Amino acid sequence: MAQDHDHPHDDDHHHDHEHGSELSEMQIRVRALESILTEKGYVEPAALDAIIEAYETKIGPHNGARVVAKAWTDPAFRQALLKDATKAIGTLGHVSRVGDHLVAVENTAERHNMVVCTLCSCYPWEMLGLPPVWYKAAPYRSRAVKDPRGVLADFGVTLPSDTEIRVWDSTAETRFLVLPMRPNGTEGWSEQQLAELVTRDSMIGTGFPKAPGSPS
Amino acid sequence: MGPGSRSQGSLGRDDQLGTDAAQRAREAVPGIPHDTDGPVFREPWEAQAFAMALALHERRIFTWPEWAATLADEIKRAQAAGDPDTGETYYRHWLNALERLVAEKGVTDAVTLARYQHAWDHAADRTPHGEPIELQPHDFHHHD
Repeated sequence: MAQDHDHPHDDDHHHDHEHGSELSEMQIRVRALESILTEKGYVEPAALDAIIEAYETKIGPHNGARVVAKAWTDPAFRQALLKDATKAIGTLGHVSRVGDHLVAVENTAERHNMVVCTLCSCYPWEMLGLPPVWYKAAPYRSRAVKDPRGVLADFGVTLPSDTEIRVWDSTAETRFLVLPMRPNGTEGWSEQQLAELVTRDSMIGTGFPKAPGSPS
Repeated sequence: MGPGSRSQGSLGRDDQLGTDAAQRAREAVPGIPHDTDGPVFREPWEAQAFAMALALHERRIFTWPEWAATLADEIKRAQAAGDPDTGETYYRHWLNALERLVAEKGVTDAVTLARYQHAWDHAADRTPHGEPIELQPHDFHHHD
């Protein structure tokens, strides 16, 4: 792995190992160097995390907000997105390709969707940017399934008691994007204006889009 | 932010320090992809590679001029080998420079890097999908 052979770019996902996990060449090289530097005391993982967290919103193309805003304004796109998100997003020229199979799940008054995943490389960062620290943490993963309402309450999200909460766990081939409900009071807004309201958490299902007129 | 607070390292007293250091890095190192606020990354590993360079610089393993010279050399080599230099490969060159400089500075060597890379590859293979991939001692004793 040490030699710099000409490997195709990182967003090529392979599924050679049916039951194992997959790291790209670049991910392996980065992890190897970080392990060595940590063991030798040159860097502290917490210090690296702090630097990376400062750029949490600057990692990945962040296509999710634009995709959600388009689904809110274009009924045909919304339908296509819910039918086959990977394909629908592929039709948007300005959006880079999405690896693996992406499924969009729609929030309604009757049902709220929420996504869990782990550290693995299958987080849909093309859509959502860098996974937040809490999302990678074991407590979120275990509690999201057992007590989704309690987890949502921790995020300040309260839903009517008759709203069903469905938790989606990512698999090797399938990743999820929550399509949140369009906020009231945004009639006639442009896609671009609407995209500003779409938060990362609202696409994970642990938050709502921003209300119109709220500070960003 | 969600529940839970992160632990704080010596370098990460707050986010501001990280961004200040990044600002100085940007002034000293040409070509770092950025928007109006600061650096941007195409993929998570790029940010990790960026953060490691920042942390090693804070530890005075190298100066920014040294770093910039090594990175420039890696970019030149890649271009000679046909790299299109569109910016998409910037952090590949960055990681090459990082691996080269830690070896030159005696922090580690190519053999150790290869050994750890092999171990991480093995750790990924044996980790069921959906679980965090963690390095364990026996990953180093695996031969295939």
